[in-house]
This record gives sequence, C-alpha cells and structure tokens, in this order.
Amino acid sequence: MSDHSKQPGGVTRRGLFRTLGAATLVAGCVKQDPGSENPERSEAPELDDALGLTPAPLEFVLDGQPVQAEVEARTTLLELLRLDLDRTGTKVVCDRGACGACMVLVDGVPRNSCMMLAHDVGGSEVTTVAGLAEGEQLSALQLAFIEHDALQCGFCTSGMLISSTALLREGGPLTRGQVEDAIAGNLCRCGTYPHVVDAVLAVANGEGGRRQTELLQVKKGGA
Amino acid sequence: MQPFALIRTKRLERARAIVRDKPEARALRAGGIDLLDRMKEGLDEPELLVELRDAMAPQVELGAGQPLLPAENPERFPSAPRFAQIGALTPLAQLAAAELPGAEALTEAASQAATPGIRNTATVGGNLLQRPRCWYFRQRELVCLKKGGDTCLALMGDNRYHAILGAGPSFIVHPSSLATPLLALDAVVSVFAGTPSDPPEGGATTEPNSLRLLSELFVSPADDPTREHALEPGDVLTSVWVPVLDGMRSAYQAVREKQSHDWPLAEAAVRMRIAADGSMRDLRIALGHVAPIPWNASAAAALLEGKAPNADLFAQAADAALADAAPLDGNAYKVPMTKGLLREVLHRASGLALPE
Repeated sequence: MSDHSKQPGGVTRRGLFRTLGAATLVAGCVKQDPGSENPERSEAPELDDALGLTPAPLEFVLDGQPVQAEVEARTTLLELLRLDLDRTGTKVVCDRGACGACMVLVDGVPRNSCMMLAHDVGGSEVTTVAGLAEGEQLSALQLAFIEHDALQCGFCTSGMLISSTALLREGGPLTRGQVEDAIAGNLCRCGTYPHVVDAVLAVANGEGGRRQTELLQVKKGGA
Repeated sequence: MQPFALIRTKRLERARAIVRDKPEARALRAGGIDLLDRMKEGLDEPELLVELRDAMAPQVELGAGQPLLPAENPERFPSAPRFAQIGALTPLAQLAAAELPGAEALTEAASQAATPGIRNTATVGGNLLQRPRCWYFRQRELVCLKKGGDTCLALMGDNRYHAILGAGPSFIVHPSSLATPLLALDAVVSVFAGTPSDPPEGGATTEPNSLRLLSELFVSPADDPTREHALEPGDVLTSVWVPVLDGMRSAYQAVREKQSHDWPLAEAAVRMRIAADGSMRDLRIALGHVAPIPWNASAAAALLEGKAPNADLFAQAADAALADAAPLDGNAYKVPMTKGLLREVLHRASGLALPE
C-alpha cells in the first residue's frame, strides 16, 4: 500500500506542521506507509497521555492532610506550596537548589522543593516545616532551636529544621560532623550554624552537645 | 518556566522515539536538577519532557552481572572477575551509601557532590550528562561558543574556574564529579540507542544497548565545542559498569573554595592494585575540573606502573600529569594545586604515608 494522499490525521494534533516544511511533510507522508522499511520512523509517536500543558489533577498528602489540586507541569513543588496552597512556611531564596531554604520531606527524604516539579509528588507524603509540630506542641527539635538561639532572621530555619529532622529520624547519637554534613546544603546568612548544630546535638545526645560548645567558648575566650 | 507537558513511560523505546521525533523541543528527564536549572535560566525551552523514572530502576549491584560485550572488538573493553552495575537513575545519595570495596573513589565523590538535598534527587546519569557550569555558558544573554557564538568568552573574561589541560576552542571544565573517579576506575557505560534497523540520520548503525568506554562518552571541544557528550537526542544512558579487580584500591579528592556545597576547583582520582612484590599495577589516574573532558593522565600512570609506592616518584608523576598544562591568565594557580592534590591522592590510594 502506498497511498500518498492519505491524510495523517494525528500529525496536526501533534503540532508537527508548525516546525516541518512542506517538503519534509511530503516525505513524512511517504513514511506513513505501513509497509515502510523503517517502522519506528513510519509514524509519529503517540502523545495522548501528555499531561500538564494545562492544569492537571494532582493528589498527595501534605503535612498529614490529603490535598487535591489542579497543577500545570511547569509548576515547581515550591510554587505549588507557597503560591497555590498558601503554605508559606517553606521559603524561597535562590530557587536553584543551592541554598536549602525550600527543603521539604518527600516520603521522609529531605529534598529541595524548588528543583522538583509539583507532579513529582503525586501519591507521596510531603512534610513541610508546618508539619513538624503535633498541633500546638512544637517538636523537640523546634524547642531546642528556641532554647539554643538557633535562628536570627529565620529564613533558613525551615530548611535547617527539615534537614535536621531527617537526620534525627535515622536515630542514635550524633557527632558535630554528622550534623554539619546533614545541613551542608542549608545556607544561613546570619551564621547561626554553631547554634543549629548545638540544638540538633541536644536532641540527639541530650545536653552533652551544649556542653561541648561551652567548652569551645571557654577555649576561645582563653586564647 | 515556559509551559511544557510531561509524559511518563515505562518503555525506553517510546521515550527515545518521542524525543527523536522532535529533538529540538523535547528532552528526557531523570532527576531533572540540571534540566530545571537550564529551563529556569531560559537556556533550554523544551515543550515536552519525557520522564525516565518509570522506565528504569535505581540500583547499585556488586557482582550480579557483566556488561554485554559487543561481537566486534570485545577486547577493547576492560575485563574483571566482577563488575559493579550502577543504574543511571540511581540518586547520588544511594550511590554514596553503597558498599563498593575497592571503588571508594566513586562513593566518596558521590558523597561530596552538591548538597544532601540535591543528592537525594540528582541521578548518576544526569551527573555524567549535565551541561557545563561555566558562568558565561549559564548566562542567557551571552552567546558563547557553546551556544553558537564564535568565541569562548572565558578567553577574554574571568577564567579562574576554567580549563588548564586539553582545552580550546572552548575552555569549560567538565562538570561531572562522578566522571573523574569513574574514568580512573575504567568504567564502561550501556547506552540505549535504538535498533540496528534504525540508524541515526547519516550515522552508523548502533546496537540497541551499545556498550561504550566511559571515555568515549565525552566529546572534546576540538571535535565539537557545542556538545560535551556523544549521545544523540533520545539516546538513554542506562547503566554504568565498574570493573572490580582483585585487590583493587582507589581514592578520590577534590579541592574546593568552601567546605560544603561548592564546585571543585580540581579533582583527582586514582585506581591501582598492589601486587605481591609491593609494586603498583593496573594504575589509572583521572583529573577533574581541569579540562573540558574528564582527563585521563595516562602518562603519569605509565610512569608509576610496576613501581613501588614512593613519595619522589609520586611527585614526578604529578609533574608529568600537568606537563602539558596551558593555563589562562586567571587560573595558573590550578597547576601547582592539582599537582599537590594528585600527590596526596596517590599517597592515599597506595597507603604510603604522606610526607611532612
């Protein structure tokens, strides 16, 4: 069968006319012939299941509550949280995965929400800083952040809490180095790092972490 | 970002066919870290992303299989009693946590790349195939050699982070931190590249799952300054294979301006065996972030092959590795720095204590 006049019905829908010249199109029609020697090229691939050019349904669990939303593919998880769902506890700073202000837990794993698409978390459980407390009761780590004065302007704090919470959930005692490694992707303009580490160590090891810093301070004072 | 659509497929054939149908407007997406970065910057504006995450599984397996050698010239691929197979979709964090005795250079590099959060998303394949981080390339407004311009802007501009080896006409450094240890470990990669009946336009026929030396994956700017890897649109890097030799040892180290989350200024990775007579065998040395491709310092490795570990010898090897260095006006510091780095990594890999 070699029916050159056959209209390739699906081609227009797939937007091919926009980029292909007339000559290429004729050649394309020839290749539509099912008897063509090149089966893969003979037909443009189906794109019917493409989603997200317009808002598409998305379901996931956010801080323990099921969420249903209509979201475009281009929307990042961070944009969905802050702009569509008004959950502004998660911060936007660099929007390039370099600062950690936007970190959330996705199925327990700390990830930069600015470098994920909202549709990546379909069916997942997302925990933001707002989901760390039990109702009005702050988590032990949040209390420790207050106790240890682990924040100044607070922009990095959500991300610091998320990274540190993931580390603490692994269980067991921690060293300063382990905490520093876990928050290596969280930038703090105010330089609160030592107090953040103290707070995390206090939760992981009891107050030993704090004493360690006090010793450090005594040493520095004497130098 | 500009509007785009997503397609998820379990079939690599379909993912490849979709991209090949309109390569200028479609892209494959793995972890998407570099891809989203480029899209946010306006460097790339695909209208359709084809997701690979349902088509391949993240995995690191030691000794479970061997790469399928091609019928022609199989001897040009490394042989080993065991291979570690790393799925291209494996997140860096999973690779960093894997037990790969002898291949510590790789797990160390994976544990130091980017940040903990990014390592949970970024994949092994994406790390190898990411575009360069050169600040001229990454600026949308600047038309550099990589973007169809006629000159590399690093030549006239601030080139403190650019190449000192094997460069020109483009002076980028290759951005992959996994490529450095993988090159030292003599890795090979599986690429899904269609069927034999489906040669790329004007290209050679390829096997569905063609095996390539890792070094063949990368393109020198002298051959084509607009690309860094040899994959055609729609081709999918599926696995990385690391030969695990008996008694193999390896080490990796990078120098950064900051302790955390920073691109390396230089990297060195070394693989070797120590034979019964105490001599170093099967030595391979790779340098990273000093050249537009992951740099194989084969002359330095040849100088050490069969010799016993020795501090003076290591210093000579480091000199040999950088003998052809041609720094620009802002990056001459990289020459002595890389020499020192390589000496340290040679000491660490061989177990010879560092001199005072």
